[in-house]
Amino acid sequence: MVVDLLADDARADLVFNALADPTRRDIVRRAMQGEHSVSDLAGNYAMSFAAVQKHVAVLQRAGLVTKERRGRAQLVHTDIDAIRAATLLLDRFEELWRARLDQFDEALAD
Amino acid sequence: MTVTDVEKNAEALTMKITSEYDAPVERCWQLWADPRQLERWWGPPTYPATFVEHELAPGCFATYFMTGPDGDRSHGWWRIVSVEAPRSLELEDGFGDEPGNAGGMPMTRMSVHLTERPDGGTRMTIESTFPSREAMEQLISMGMDQGMQEALGQIEAVLAGT
Repeated sequence: MVVDLLADDARADLVFNALADPTRRDIVRRAMQGEHSVSDLAGNYAMSFAAVQKHVAVLQRAGLVTKERRGRAQLVHTDIDAIRAATLLLDRFEELWRARLDQFDEALAD
Repeated sequence: MTVTDVEKNAEALTMKITSEYDAPVERCWQLWADPRQLERWWGPPTYPATFVEHELAPGCFATYFMTGPDGDRSHGWWRIVSVEAPRSLELEDGFGDEPGNAGGMPMTRMSVHLTERPDGGTRMTIESTFPSREAMEQLISMGMDQGMQEALGQIEAVLAGT
Protein backbone atom coordinates (compact mmCIF):
# COMPACT_ATOMS: atom_id res chain seq x y z
CA MET A 1 0.00 0.00 0.00
CA VAL A 2 3.01 2.28 0.06
CA VAL A 3 2.28 2.91 -3.57
CA ASP A 4 -0.79 4.92 -2.66
CA LEU A 5 1.34 7.38 -0.77
CA LEU A 6 2.46 8.50 -4.22
CA ALA A 7 -0.99 8.76 -5.75
CA ASP A 8 -0.37 12.32 -6.89
CA ASP A 9 2.62 14.60 -7.39
CA ALA A 10 1.91 16.86 -4.44
CA ARG A 11 1.86 13.90 -2.06
CA ALA A 12 4.89 12.30 -3.69
CA ASP A 13 6.79 15.57 -3.10
CA LEU A 14 5.87 15.52 0.59
CA VAL A 15 6.91 11.87 0.95
CA PHE A 16 10.23 12.18 -0.84
CA ASN A 17 11.06 15.45 0.92
CA ALA A 18 10.26 13.86 4.27
CA LEU A 19 12.51 10.89 3.51
CA ALA A 20 15.37 13.05 2.21
CA ASP A 21 16.67 13.55 5.76
CA PRO A 22 18.62 10.82 7.63
CA THR A 23 17.09 11.62 11.03
CA ARG A 24 13.59 11.40 9.61
CA ARG A 25 14.37 8.12 7.89
CA ASP A 26 15.64 6.80 11.19
CA ILE A 27 12.46 7.93 12.95
CA VAL A 28 10.33 6.11 10.35
CA ARG A 29 12.36 2.92 10.76
CA ARG A 30 12.00 3.04 14.55
CA ALA A 31 8.30 3.84 14.30
CA MET A 32 7.85 0.83 12.02
CA GLN A 33 9.09 -1.40 14.86
CA GLY A 34 6.54 -0.05 17.33
CA GLU A 35 5.35 2.98 19.21
CA HIS A 36 7.81 5.50 20.59
CA SER A 37 7.17 8.69 22.48
CA VAL A 38 8.66 11.87 21.05
CA SER A 39 10.91 12.19 24.11
CA ASP A 40 12.19 8.61 23.68
CA LEU A 41 12.97 9.37 20.07
CA ALA A 42 14.71 12.61 21.02
CA GLY A 43 17.09 10.60 23.24
CA ASN A 44 18.55 8.98 20.12
CA TYR A 45 19.74 12.12 18.44
CA ALA A 46 22.12 14.93 19.23
CA MET A 47 19.46 17.59 18.88
CA SER A 48 16.82 19.30 20.93
CA PHE A 49 13.39 17.87 21.73
CA ALA A 50 11.87 20.71 19.67
CA ALA A 51 13.99 19.80 16.64
CA VAL A 52 12.89 16.16 16.84
CA GLN A 53 9.31 17.31 17.21
CA LYS A 54 9.70 19.31 14.00
CA HIS A 55 11.01 16.25 12.17
CA VAL A 56 8.02 14.25 13.41
CA ALA A 57 5.70 16.99 12.15
CA VAL A 58 7.23 16.78 8.66
CA LEU A 59 6.71 13.01 8.64
CA GLN A 60 3.18 13.47 9.87
CA ARG A 61 2.31 15.87 7.04
CA ALA A 62 3.65 13.34 4.56
CA GLY A 63 1.46 10.67 6.09
CA LEU A 64 4.41 8.51 7.08
CA VAL A 65 3.75 8.53 10.82
CA THR A 66 0.85 9.31 13.08
CA LYS A 67 1.08 10.94 16.50
CA GLU A 68 -1.28 10.16 19.30
CA ARG A 69 -1.46 11.72 22.75
CA ARG A 70 -1.72 9.14 25.50
CA GLY A 71 -1.59 10.62 28.97
CA ARG A 72 1.39 12.93 29.00
CA ALA A 73 3.25 11.14 26.23
CA GLN A 74 2.95 11.77 22.49
CA LEU A 75 3.31 8.42 20.81
CA VAL A 76 4.60 8.20 17.28
CA HIS A 77 3.92 5.22 15.09
CA THR A 78 3.91 4.34 11.44
CA ASP A 79 0.55 3.47 10.12
CA ILE A 80 1.13 3.48 6.40
CA ASP A 81 -0.92 0.38 5.90
CA ALA A 82 -3.94 1.50 7.85
CA ILE A 83 -5.66 4.84 8.18
CA ARG A 84 -3.23 6.56 5.87
CA ALA A 85 -3.81 4.12 3.07
CA ALA A 86 -7.54 4.49 3.54
CA THR A 87 -7.24 8.27 3.34
CA LEU A 88 -5.25 8.07 0.14
CA LEU A 89 -7.65 5.60 -1.39
CA LEU A 90 -10.52 7.90 -0.56
CA ASP A 91 -8.62 10.74 -2.27
CA ARG A 92 -8.49 8.69 -5.43
CA PHE A 93 -12.12 7.75 -5.08
CA GLU A 94 -12.91 11.45 -4.80
CA GLU A 95 -11.03 12.12 -8.05
CA LEU A 96 -13.01 9.39 -9.75
CA TRP A 97 -16.30 10.90 -8.61
CA ARG A 98 -15.30 14.45 -9.48
CA ALA A 99 -14.53 13.35 -13.04
CA ARG A 100 -17.79 11.41 -13.16
CA LEU A 101 -19.81 14.39 -11.93
CA ASP A 102 -18.19 16.64 -14.53
CA GLN A 103 -19.61 14.27 -17.11
CA PHE A 104 -22.93 14.27 -15.28
CA ASP A 105 -22.99 18.04 -15.65
CA GLU A 106 -22.22 17.81 -19.37
CA ALA A 107 -24.91 15.20 -19.96
CA LEU A 108 -27.35 17.39 -18.06
CA ALA A 109 -26.71 20.30 -20.38
CA ASP A 110 -27.95 18.40 -23.45
CA MET B 1 -17.31 23.30 -10.63
CA THR B 2 -20.43 21.55 -9.49
CA VAL B 3 -19.00 19.76 -6.45
CA THR B 4 -19.74 21.80 -3.34
CA ASP B 5 -18.65 19.49 -0.54
CA VAL B 6 -16.74 16.27 0.05
CA GLU B 7 -16.68 14.49 3.41
CA LYS B 8 -14.34 11.56 3.79
CA ASN B 9 -14.04 9.32 6.79
CA ALA B 10 -11.01 7.07 6.67
CA GLU B 11 -12.13 5.03 9.68
CA ALA B 12 -15.74 4.48 8.67
CA LEU B 13 -14.55 4.06 5.03
CA THR B 14 -17.16 6.42 3.67
CA MET B 15 -17.23 9.32 1.26
CA LYS B 16 -20.09 11.75 0.83
CA ILE B 17 -19.89 14.01 -2.21
CA THR B 18 -22.34 16.87 -2.67
CA SER B 19 -22.90 18.64 -5.98
CA GLU B 20 -25.34 21.25 -7.21
CA TYR B 21 -27.06 21.82 -10.54
CA ASP B 22 -29.31 24.48 -12.02
CA ALA B 23 -31.59 21.81 -13.48
CA PRO B 24 -34.67 20.66 -11.55
CA VAL B 25 -34.72 17.40 -9.53
CA GLU B 26 -36.74 15.52 -12.19
CA ARG B 27 -34.17 16.33 -14.86
CA CYS B 28 -31.26 15.17 -12.69
CA TRP B 29 -33.14 11.98 -11.84
CA GLN B 30 -33.39 11.14 -15.56
CA LEU B 31 -29.63 10.83 -15.68
CA TRP B 32 -29.95 7.88 -13.28
CA ALA B 33 -33.23 6.46 -14.52
CA ASP B 34 -32.66 6.51 -18.28
CA PRO B 35 -29.87 4.06 -19.19
CA ARG B 36 -29.00 5.96 -22.38
CA GLN B 37 -28.40 9.13 -20.36
CA LEU B 38 -26.68 7.23 -17.56
CA GLU B 39 -24.19 5.81 -20.08
CA ARG B 40 -23.09 9.31 -20.93
CA TRP B 41 -21.52 9.91 -17.54
CA TRP B 42 -21.05 6.64 -15.57
CA GLY B 43 -17.89 5.39 -17.32
CA PRO B 44 -14.70 7.41 -17.79
CA PRO B 45 -14.19 8.90 -21.29
CA THR B 46 -11.74 6.13 -22.20
CA TYR B 47 -14.06 3.38 -20.85
CA PRO B 48 -17.62 4.37 -21.76
CA ALA B 49 -20.35 2.30 -20.12
CA THR B 50 -23.10 0.38 -21.89
CA PHE B 51 -26.03 -0.72 -19.72
CA VAL B 52 -27.45 -4.07 -20.71
CA GLU B 53 -30.13 -4.38 -18.06
CA HIS B 54 -31.45 -1.47 -16.09
CA GLU B 55 -34.48 -1.70 -13.88
CA LEU B 56 -34.63 0.60 -10.92
CA ALA B 57 -36.78 -1.48 -8.58
CA PRO B 58 -35.84 -3.06 -5.23
CA GLY B 59 -34.07 -6.38 -5.67
CA CYS B 60 -33.51 -5.80 -9.40
CA PHE B 61 -30.17 -5.56 -11.10
CA ALA B 62 -28.65 -3.15 -13.53
CA THR B 63 -25.76 -4.66 -15.46
CA TYR B 64 -23.27 -2.88 -17.65
CA PHE B 65 -19.91 -3.21 -19.31
CA MET B 66 -17.28 -0.59 -20.02
CA THR B 67 -15.37 -0.78 -23.28
CA GLY B 68 -11.70 0.19 -23.32
CA PRO B 69 -9.65 1.68 -26.14
CA ASP B 70 -8.58 -1.81 -27.28
CA GLY B 71 -12.10 -3.13 -27.24
CA ASP B 72 -11.55 -4.83 -23.88
CA ARG B 73 -14.61 -5.01 -21.68
CA SER B 74 -14.98 -4.83 -17.93
CA HIS B 75 -18.30 -5.71 -16.39
CA GLY B 76 -20.14 -4.19 -13.48
CA TRP B 77 -23.54 -4.32 -11.83
CA TRP B 78 -25.84 -2.59 -9.42
CA ARG B 79 -28.25 -4.34 -7.10
CA ILE B 80 -31.07 -1.95 -6.30
CA VAL B 81 -31.86 -1.78 -2.59
CA SER B 82 -34.49 0.97 -2.60
CA VAL B 83 -35.88 3.58 -4.95
CA GLU B 84 -38.00 6.65 -4.38
CA ALA B 85 -38.23 8.42 -7.73
CA PRO B 86 -37.19 11.12 -8.26
CA ARG B 87 -35.48 11.68 -4.91
CA SER B 88 -33.50 8.73 -3.71
CA LEU B 89 -31.76 5.61 -4.83
CA GLU B 90 -29.82 3.10 -2.80
CA LEU B 91 -27.80 0.35 -4.39
CA GLU B 92 -24.86 -2.00 -4.19
CA ASP B 93 -22.25 -1.33 -6.83
CA GLY B 94 -19.97 -4.21 -7.80
CA PHE B 95 -17.54 -5.40 -10.44
CA GLY B 96 -17.54 -8.64 -12.40
CA ASP B 97 -19.95 -10.26 -14.82
CA GLU B 98 -21.78 -12.17 -12.10
CA PRO B 99 -24.36 -9.79 -10.64
CA GLY B 100 -25.01 -10.15 -6.95
CA ASN B 101 -21.43 -10.79 -5.96
CA ALA B 102 -21.35 -14.46 -6.90
CA GLY B 103 -17.78 -13.87 -8.07
CA GLY B 104 -16.79 -12.75 -4.58
CA MET B 105 -15.59 -9.36 -5.75
CA PRO B 106 -15.98 -6.54 -3.22
CA MET B 107 -18.75 -4.00 -3.67
CA THR B 108 -19.65 -0.50 -2.53
CA ARG B 109 -22.91 0.54 -0.94
CA MET B 110 -24.14 3.75 -2.57
CA SER B 111 -26.88 6.07 -1.45
CA VAL B 112 -28.07 8.91 -3.72
CA HIS B 113 -30.31 11.78 -2.64
CA LEU B 114 -31.69 14.57 -4.79
CA THR B 115 -33.21 17.60 -3.07
CA GLU B 116 -34.61 20.82 -4.45
CA ARG B 117 -32.69 24.00 -3.78
CA PRO B 118 -34.66 27.15 -2.88
CA ASP B 119 -33.82 28.61 -6.32
CA GLY B 120 -35.26 25.61 -8.15
CA GLY B 121 -31.98 23.84 -8.82
CA THR B 122 -30.90 20.50 -7.40
CA ARG B 123 -28.55 19.37 -4.68
CA MET B 124 -27.31 15.81 -5.12
CA THR B 125 -25.53 13.87 -2.40
CA ILE B 126 -23.90 10.53 -3.06
CA GLU B 127 -22.62 8.57 -0.09
CA SER B 128 -20.44 5.54 -0.72
CA THR B 129 -19.51 3.01 1.95
CA PHE B 130 -16.85 0.36 1.60
CA PRO B 131 -17.23 -2.89 3.53
CA SER B 132 -13.52 -3.10 4.46
CA ARG B 133 -10.20 -1.48 3.74
CA GLU B 134 -9.14 -4.53 1.73
CA ALA B 135 -12.22 -4.18 -0.44
CA MET B 136 -11.49 -0.51 -0.88
CA GLU B 137 -7.93 -1.23 -1.97
CA GLN B 138 -9.11 -3.75 -4.50
CA LEU B 139 -11.82 -1.47 -5.85
CA ILE B 140 -9.89 1.74 -6.13
CA SER B 141 -6.28 0.89 -6.69
CA MET B 142 -6.67 -1.15 -9.84
CA GLY B 143 -4.50 -0.09 -12.72
CA MET B 144 -1.43 1.47 -11.16
CA ASP B 145 0.74 3.09 -13.81
CA GLN B 146 4.38 2.33 -14.44
CA GLY B 147 5.65 5.63 -13.00
CA MET B 148 4.07 4.82 -9.68
CA GLN B 149 5.60 1.35 -9.62
CA GLU B 150 9.04 2.89 -10.11
CA ALA B 151 8.44 5.49 -7.44
CA LEU B 152 7.38 2.69 -5.12
CA GLY B 153 10.66 0.92 -5.76
CA GLN B 154 12.54 4.10 -4.85
CA ILE B 155 10.68 4.66 -1.61
CA GLU B 156 11.22 1.08 -0.49
CA ALA B 157 14.92 1.38 -1.30
CA VAL B 158 15.12 4.54 0.81
CA LEU B 159 13.47 2.85 3.78
CA ALA B 160 15.58 -0.29 3.44
CA GLY B 161 18.83 1.75 3.37
CA THR B 162 21.02 2.24 6.39
